[in-house]
This record gives sequence, C-alpha cells and structure tokens, in this order.
Amino acid sequence: MSAALQVEGLNRAFGALPVTRNVNLTLERGARCAVIGPNGAGKTTLVNLITGALTPHSGRVMLNGEDITTLSQADRARRGLARTFQINQLFRGLSVLENLCMTVGERDGHCNNLWRPSGSKRVVIDEALDHLESLRLTDDALKLVRELPYGRQRLVEIAIALAQKPRVLLLDEPAAGVPSSESHLILDVVAALDPDIAVLIIEHDMDVVFRFAKEIIVMVQGAVFTQGTPEEIMNNEQVRAVYLGQEGHHGGRRG
Amino acid sequence: MAVSDSVTTANRGQTRERAAEFILKRHRMRAAEALPWLVAIAAFFIVPDRMTFGSQVLVMVMFALSLDLILGYAGIVTLGHAAFFGIGAYTVGLAAARLQWSEPISGLFAAAIAAGIVGFLTGWLLLRYRGLTLLMLTLATAIMLQETGNLRSDISGGYDGLPGLTFKPLLGIFDYDLYGHTYYLYALATLAVVFYFVRRIVYSPFGQALTGIRENVRRMHAIGSPVHWRLVTVYTIAAAIAGIAGALFTQTNAYVTLTVFDFDNSAKVMVMLILGGTGRLYGAFVGAAVYMVLEDYFSKLSPAFWQFGIGLLLVLVVLFARRGVLGLFESFGEYLAERKK
Repeated sequence: MSAALQVEGLNRAFGALPVTRNVNLTLERGARCAVIGPNGAGKTTLVNLITGALTPHSGRVMLNGEDITTLSQADRARRGLARTFQINQLFRGLSVLENLCMTVGERDGHCNNLWRPSGSKRVVIDEALDHLESLRLTDDALKLVRELPYGRQRLVEIAIALAQKPRVLLLDEPAAGVPSSESHLILDVVAALDPDIAVLIIEHDMDVVFRFAKEIIVMVQGAVFTQGTPEEIMNNEQVRAVYLGQEGHHGGRRG
Repeated sequence: MAVSDSVTTANRGQTRERAAEFILKRHRMRAAEALPWLVAIAAFFIVPDRMTFGSQVLVMVMFALSLDLILGYAGIVTLGHAAFFGIGAYTVGLAAARLQWSEPISGLFAAAIAAGIVGFLTGWLLLRYRGLTLLMLTLATAIMLQETGNLRSDISGGYDGLPGLTFKPLLGIFDYDLYGHTYYLYALATLAVVFYFVRRIVYSPFGQALTGIRENVRRMHAIGSPVHWRLVTVYTIAAAIAGIAGALFTQTNAYVTLTVFDFDNSAKVMVMLILGGTGRLYGAFVGAAVYMVLEDYFSKLSPAFWQFGIGLLLVLVVLFARRGVLGLFESFGEYLAERKK
C-alpha cells in the first residue's frame, strides 16, 4: 500500500533565496510526525508546498499514491488533505456554526446548489454540531468567531480541518499565540486525533513534540537536517548543537 | 451524579437545538420584508404623476441589487458594473431600432443572456485578480465597450444614442401611457421576480460559500472550494440582472445613449449600495431610493450644486454608519431589543 503522503525532491526559492531544498518525506497511514527547526527553516513553506498554496520549482507531492503536484489547493483538499494555519484563517464575521456548516457543505458539494435554502439540510447542521461538540465548542456555536478569545478560535481552526474528514492533516503550530493556561486544551485535542489520520505537526514546544511525535524531522535552512525517532533526535549531538543546543545555554530548563 | 449528568445532557441538547434552529430558520421571510414592496405599491396610488421617476428608481434598485450579489456577498470590488447595464440597455435598444424586435418581455430575456455571456467571459478572465488590479480591469472593460459603441456610431447612434424607440404593448395588451403607469407596474413585477431569484441564491449553500469567499478566501481554498468558479458563476448572474435593469431603463425611457456605459453610472450604483448597506439584500432598495429622491430634491433646490448634498451624505454614512442606512436601522432595533431585556 502506498504512503498517505510522500514528498520527493521538493525545491522552492523566493527570488535568489532557496527556502526549500531537496526535501523528501514520507507519512504512512496514521503517522505522527513533527517538523522542528529554527525560525526561517522553511517549515511553513513546506506546508504551503504540500497543500498547493505555493508551487514547487521541482519535485513531487503524492497523496495516497496519486501525484497531486499540479492540482489546485481545492482539489487537494477534496482528496483528503487538510491543514490549519499558523495564524487563524477563519470566517470571522460568521458564527462558529456557520464556519463548520461551510466546511461540511463544501466537502460534500452542497455549495454547488443555488436554489435550496442552506438551512434545509439538517444532516449538515447536525454534523457541524457534532464536530463542535467533540471540541467542546457547542456553547459558542452561535457566537461570531471574532467575538471568541484567541484560544477558542484556535480550536475552531482545528474543528474546521477535522470537519474536512482528512486522511492527512498538517498542523502549523496549533498552539501558537495561545496563553499557556489554555494550550493544554489544544494539545489534548491533538493527542486524541483519530489514529487513522496521518498527522504532520510543526511545533516549537519540545515537550509537545516529544510527547506527540513518533518521528521527528529537523529542518535547517530549507533542507532536512536529520530525521529519526524522538530518542535518536534527543541524543543526536549535531541536533543539540544546531537547535536543541540553544536550550542548553539557557541553563537546561528542561532539567 | 447521575442526576447532574442527565441535566447537562438535556442542556446540551437544548443548546444544540437552539443553534440548529438559527440556521434552519434563517431563510424564512420576515414581516418587515413586506415593507419596501408596500411602499412601492403605495407610491403608485399616492404620487401617480411621478411614475416615470418611480420606474427609474426601480431600475436602479435592480441594478444595485445585482451589484450587491457580487460586492456585498462575494466581496468582488468592481468599477465597471455599468458595462452590463449598458449591454442590456443596448440589446433591447438595437433590437428595437435595427431589427424591429420590440416585444418588451422577450427583450428582457435577450438582454439578460447578452449581458450574462459578456459577464461570463470577462469574469472568467478577470476574476483571477483582486483589489486594485481588478478595479482597473473592470473599469477598462466598461470603457472599451463604450468606445466600441462610439467607433461604430453608425450602428449604436454614438453619443446621440437611439432616440424615439417604440415598444410593443406589454403581453400584447397594455400600452405605454404618458404617465408611465404601465411601465412602473411592469418594472415592479420584474423587480419582484428578480428579487425572488436573488433571495434564493443568497440563502442557498452557494450564497453561503460566497460569503465565505468574502470573509476569508484562503480558508475557502483550504477547505476545497472551487473559488474561481463560484466567483465566475455569481458574476455571470449579476451581469445578467444588471442587463435586465439596463433593458428596463431603455424600455421605460424609450431612448438610450452611450452614457449608460459611463464610469459615472458604475460609481453611482456603488454609492447607492453603500448608502443603503452592502450584503443585506434590502440595502439596494433603501440606497437607490434615498439616492434618487435626494438627487431629485437637491437638483431642484440647486441645479448646479446638488451633488454636494449626496457627497455629504456619503461621507456621513461611511464615517458613522459603516453598515449603511439599513445597518443604522438594524443597530437601532438591536438597541431596543437590548433595552427590553
């Protein structure tokens, strides 16, 4: 069986600056993979290349064995590739429930209908509410997204991605911008994700990375520096020097 | 423990039901929606000698309504919407003057199809762009159409236009009358039909997707929405409706000149919509009516200086009532509801 997501020899430059250099990675079904690396290592660019928000200059992206390199973002999404954004991308002027109904509606092709009232499909509303309930957002269903605290908005961001029923999910710093008192809510959700979904997470918090990931990819200056299991990465001298080493200088806060 | 559990379950069920109700009932007609129609019918009896003016108001309401679909709902900013109004106006004008095709209702269909085709083609090309680029490209489209008409003034009549057009009696029975009574009712009936279509679209899942594109286009791409096709579809529909408005304009005035393509016309309809309130269906009614009545009143008051009044009103609206005149009423309604609590 082919991998859920496979990236081969991906390259991309902004002008003269190479931001993605010959990146290869494979996510098997149910994978839990973290991408770490210093700021500017090209982690978000990698997500944008995989989802089609950016076009690679060379290389291939395969989803469940199908070459999706030339497909649009929307076509990739409809094939089961979902993402969250580092900075929330939500329908801020709409209610939380409408955000979810929109997602379910686009996923199942209801939004091609110009005539039927959008409220007439009870199944869509019920499913949207189910997604909200699983993230304990039911009480906020009728609130406008922009009225929610940032941490709750972050949960809506994840709820939308899950409502797409993805086979591959890319999480770009899901807890970014969330006060640490609330970040456990988001991390609990991430930890409880359907084991069938292949998940790639970009994260700065090493506690999260080592708790969540079964495999870690370290990126430096647009290229894969090294990859391996959490133990291998933790014990890798070069990684400690390049990346984790910075923490050592701060007096070993991790004990 | 078991008791409190069942209580929370019941509460959750209630919360769910309330949330679902909101979406389920959103598209239902509200009593207040009868108001603009009652006003339009009342006007027919109260000021029967102003029905020619009344028809112009209805034409502009329809034009503004078509703009609301793309600007208010989908968030497409255009300065060339007069292009489609003009195509509709010239479709029936040329058909009557050059082809002796002067049956009014089939003329509306022809205008809708002609404007819709141009809307589809230009939309397919232009809607890949956004913001300033789109603004300039739509503006250029209208100017190019106008200049094409000017180039072939042997056909279009140029800036002298096609005067003295005659149209067949409506449905073969009701003839044009000096006070424009027939055409007022004709325009009102056409507006009602068009409005019904627009209302269906706005409350459909497709209409929701348009709102999504307006609110956050990146998110729409990410959830798999074919954004470009959604935009092309609504642009085509809006163009067709603008074409019908243009056709009504020609039919009620019995003349048409190339000024229908003017930048002025594109700008005016946008000002009307912003005055009334974008993305709220009835904003087109309020905006077009307020604009036209004030224009009529100010221009009598001071023929040289009337635009100052409109300009001042626009400044006040965009500074202090961002959601338009209609939004002002909504805020007032919400305020009253708050006080009741």
